[in-house]
Amino acid sequence: MNPMGWLQLFVFIFLLVALTKPLGLYLVRVFDPEAGTFVDPVIKPVERLFYRFLGINPAEEQDWKGYAASLLIFSVVGMLFTYGILRLQQWLPLNPQGLGPLSPDLAFNTSASFTTNTNWQSYVGESTMSYFSQMVALSFHNFASAAVGGAVAAALVRGVSRDKMAGIGNFWVDLIRQSLYLYLPLCLLLAVFLVSQGMIQNFSPYASAKTIETGAVQTIAQGPVASQVAIKMLGTNGGGFMNANASHPYENPTPLSNFLQMLAIFAIPSSLTYYLGRMVKNQKHGWSVWSAMFLLFLAGVLVCWWAESRGNPRLTALGVDAAYGSMEGKEVRFGIFNSALFATITTDASCGAVNAMHDSFTPLGGLVPLFNMQLGEVVFGGVGSGLYGMMIFVVLAIFLAGLMIGRTPEYLGKKIEAFDVKAAALAVLIPAVLLLGFTAWATISRWGIAGLNNSGPHGFSEILYAFTSAINNNGSAFAGLSANTPWYNTTLGLAMLCGRFFVIIPVLALAGNLAGKKTVPQSAGSFPAFGPTFTLLLVGTILLVGSLTFLPALSLGPVVEHFLMINSQNLF
Amino acid sequence: MTTKALSIFDRSILVPAVVNAFRKLHPRGMVRNPVMFVTLAGAVVTTAELAAAPFRGEDIGFILQIAVWLWFTVLFANFAEAMAEGRGKAQAATLRKSRTQTLANRRGRGGFLETVPAETLRKNDVMVVKAGEVIPTDGDVIEGAATVDESAITGESAPVIRESGGDRSAVTGGTRVLSDEIVVRVTADPGESFMDHMITLVEGASRQKTPNEIALTILLAALTIIFLIVIMTLKPFGVYSRVTFSIPVLVALLVCLIPTTIGGLLSAIGIAGIDRLVQKNVLAMSGRAVEAAGDVDVLLLDKTGTITIGNRQASEFFPAAGVKPEELAAIAQMASFADETPEGKSIVFLAKGFGLRGRELHDLSHAQFVPFTAKTRMSGVDVENRQYRKGAADAIREFIGTALPAEVEADVDRISQMGGTPLVVADSQKVFGVIYLKDIVKGGLPDRFKRFRAMGIRTIMITGDNPLTAATIAKEAGLDDFLAEARPEDKLALIRREQAAGHLVAMTGDGTNDAPALAQADVGVAMNSGTQAAKEAGNMVDLDSNPTKLIEIVEIGKQLLMTRGALTTFSVANDVAKYFAIIPAMLVATFPQIAALNVMNLHSSRSAILSAIIFNALIIVALIPIALRGVTFRPMGAVAILRRNLLIYGLGGLVAPFIGIKLIDIAITWLHLA
Repeated sequence: MNPMGWLQLFVFIFLLVALTKPLGLYLVRVFDPEAGTFVDPVIKPVERLFYRFLGINPAEEQDWKGYAASLLIFSVVGMLFTYGILRLQQWLPLNPQGLGPLSPDLAFNTSASFTTNTNWQSYVGESTMSYFSQMVALSFHNFASAAVGGAVAAALVRGVSRDKMAGIGNFWVDLIRQSLYLYLPLCLLLAVFLVSQGMIQNFSPYASAKTIETGAVQTIAQGPVASQVAIKMLGTNGGGFMNANASHPYENPTPLSNFLQMLAIFAIPSSLTYYLGRMVKNQKHGWSVWSAMFLLFLAGVLVCWWAESRGNPRLTALGVDAAYGSMEGKEVRFGIFNSALFATITTDASCGAVNAMHDSFTPLGGLVPLFNMQLGEVVFGGVGSGLYGMMIFVVLAIFLAGLMIGRTPEYLGKKIEAFDVKAAALAVLIPAVLLLGFTAWATISRWGIAGLNNSGPHGFSEILYAFTSAINNNGSAFAGLSANTPWYNTTLGLAMLCGRFFVIIPVLALAGNLAGKKTVPQSAGSFPAFGPTFTLLLVGTILLVGSLTFLPALSLGPVVEHFLMINSQNLF
Repeated sequence: MTTKALSIFDRSILVPAVVNAFRKLHPRGMVRNPVMFVTLAGAVVTTAELAAAPFRGEDIGFILQIAVWLWFTVLFANFAEAMAEGRGKAQAATLRKSRTQTLANRRGRGGFLETVPAETLRKNDVMVVKAGEVIPTDGDVIEGAATVDESAITGESAPVIRESGGDRSAVTGGTRVLSDEIVVRVTADPGESFMDHMITLVEGASRQKTPNEIALTILLAALTIIFLIVIMTLKPFGVYSRVTFSIPVLVALLVCLIPTTIGGLLSAIGIAGIDRLVQKNVLAMSGRAVEAAGDVDVLLLDKTGTITIGNRQASEFFPAAGVKPEELAAIAQMASFADETPEGKSIVFLAKGFGLRGRELHDLSHAQFVPFTAKTRMSGVDVENRQYRKGAADAIREFIGTALPAEVEADVDRISQMGGTPLVVADSQKVFGVIYLKDIVKGGLPDRFKRFRAMGIRTIMITGDNPLTAATIAKEAGLDDFLAEARPEDKLALIRREQAAGHLVAMTGDGTNDAPALAQADVGVAMNSGTQAAKEAGNMVDLDSNPTKLIEIVEIGKQLLMTRGALTTFSVANDVAKYFAIIPAMLVATFPQIAALNVMNLHSSRSAILSAIIFNALIIVALIPIALRGVTFRPMGAVAILRRNLLIYGLGGLVAPFIGIKLIDIAITWLHLA
């Protein structure tokens, strides 16, 4: 835990805080169809064109059922579109390597993965996907799935802030405005910057290079990387252009590009908390939610960094210098701190891009990414999904502890009643049940065990990590698991779809129900949804729900592995 | 109602509760409570395992202990509910006893009286009740007036007057007429009288889950499902990890994790909340009303009787020009000697402060007292050709035939503006000055309202007085707002306005013209002395007819919700320690290194599992007193309350089981139970 690490951490936090308010204020305008922005002269005509072309009246609001129906239809159509392209890519343009079609199960898994903002990659990018598939079939979802997440979050925020209204916004308007006003301009800026750092952006065939080993020829993949990476980070997608993801020099050329990519992951999720505060006219609430996310993030980074910099005692015993920490599976360019920080950020937000192999982390260091995801991807979280996931926990925390102030629980003036509890409980219950259920199936099925490269607790962690990542729509992999099999492709695909939409539907139901309620005026007797007590209560609730649900499973994986590592002579 | 206060663990409640704990094991009742139903199922499964154990050659002792404690967990929860119901049942039994077979004198078609059994009376029948008779059923007095002993329902032995017309016309079945004879129109069919309602209410027979209770049950059910999945998936995880988890151990872990503490005490808390109201002689028509009382943030309080004591008191003399204060005091005293009203007595009392102690009634042997009449609006005394009078300013003006002196007029205006009542003192020629009669605000109210303000509750005074008077009293009593010159329809409009702004409103009322407002309010407390219409419109009845009690009702409602929240938080927080007890115990055989997680240093795997399950069962019993009495209520702001309760029940809930489980572990190790 060196001074450079502390300095970087401090700079990262400082910039994140500095970014939250201005970007949050911009988000308020993005989500309000009436509001103007400084890019209006260029984009407004395009926006109008979309509405005219699609026959949408932007002033017309939808109730939660209408909103959910539009969202589901859009997602199903988008998924079929991607499935079609992946199955037919050999006949489509921009395929200089002449790559063939994907198998049905892989195409299902991949289209489910990108539709759900997961970007779990069972395939190897450079040897499977044509440039066209990357840019059209996959990138489309990188924009659209992020916008879907943001739309659901905006709908829920509207639900809380509105008083006795049926509408929670118009899905199509939210989708189009985010894409045009938020992602396109930001991605343009970020992509240009990344190119300046040396990231490639071309349509060239793969290059061949003679290596210093005599006679050996290495194929070096090419492609439009920078444009893909910008939305991969800003949209918390995480699907790498290259198989090595952000540890590949073309996909992450410099320390600055590494730093900026990390900041890009948290930028929008963090700003959404400011948007929340602004919309509910209680900025303290927004910052309290932010603080809860921040505390969980900070704890994760510190534990992961500490665990990785201590190194592996078994290797130390063999004469490896412990001063360098556990460098197995890490880019030498990034080192311990940047790998630990990146791993924490990418799993806090449901991004899933990686610049180090999480499989090689020490048991406790690897526990952090795993547990981050199991908390429900609410530590800043995915674009939108982080905020709505967090607000579900806010509702649960207020319901659990809110009674203690002697009133039926209220969230900023909205009484939390049976329907709301049902919706919030479902949003937490469904992923937990699916996660444990699928993992249990994998651990005792022939197909599940077949994919393992490690046995014992570490093998268990690999399976647990795969389903955790899929259900929480993270997409990072513990590696070590050969997941490109029909069984894993199908189960993981289903897990991603269920983990996304079976949460979104209850969240929208909650949004609709809250919007319809009257808002009780706030007074000294109202539940204080802000301040240190509230923040700690929220953090406590998240940790309690997460650990109570997953502690037994974690005990059989990373926890027991940790004790085996430090207390036995076995070498993993 | 008999207000004999039973202690929480009274023998007469304890013994039937133990019996009822077993009766409540019937699955039909248990299924209403998902948490305890799962516990019951776990107990059954473990018992089946116990029966199978000898055939498999397994050790019986350990499984037996788990099974026994699982059954205890269920029984303890049932016992808590039975305890809560017990007090109500005991009260209902007393009420039933007081309701013996009565006969009624019904006025038949031709106007003749016929004696019929009380059960045959129907609504709108007319009956006659004489002195010494028990009123057969509820009704409204349509002729006559009588003193009635209502101690059977209120516990108050002083008789009350019931008369036709006005707001004191309702009589209740089961009460006794002490004097005179009244003609009563029956207002309740058999089985629907107030007494019947009261018996059902205190007995809790028709108890339904309140909205918040339903929401909490959903959350507890969701937690139970999560833990069911956690435990069920442990079996396959164990197959992969080559760890064998036995069924009794898995069931023990499950029961430890599901929120049995709050699940077991939830209904007891609700019943006890209603019961606490009954102890205060308030009948809530539904649990929903008690919950609403906790949420109330606007209190409408009638001035007279609630904020001020009914009577005004003399507080100051304002002498006219050229009159000494002692002189005015002497005249005022003389004019009030015969005045037996509290106001009159207070004038005499005030005058004593001027050293006018000596004068006694016999000094005025020739005096002739002039009592107050509505026509003259004066009272006084005629002594030796002089006519001393005190009365309203305009009455005195008429009496002396000229205008009052300017400075006296000024005093009169000033007193009115201060919210007081001016009484002018004069004889036939001369005006001596003015007595300042003041509304007396009940003691302790300003402080109480201040605490209410801290809790976010706004208090509004309702009065028929003019705005000036109202403002003065509202200020003195520390109220937030007032509605002056209020008519019943203004009250209704005010409630509607507050509700439209999102507030929940509580009020008290007794008259028939209060009925619409009582019905509109979220919590409407009708006075038992009030009319039948008012009682039907409200959702609570105060048997003592004490409007100040509204404040206590709100406090009890809040306390009920707090207790529920506190025990929920405590219950969920407990799970952390139980994990630290059971998880290492389950894994240590396969992975000895995990013993490092045994932070409590429990003796063995078996003792760890048993300690956790025993703690889980005993904590229910330990918390029964809190569930029944409610958590300590302190009126504070929400931030302070939240912080305090999170510390006690959140942090306490985390820490307490670590200590408890360790102590139990020491005990069972010492007893060689594991």
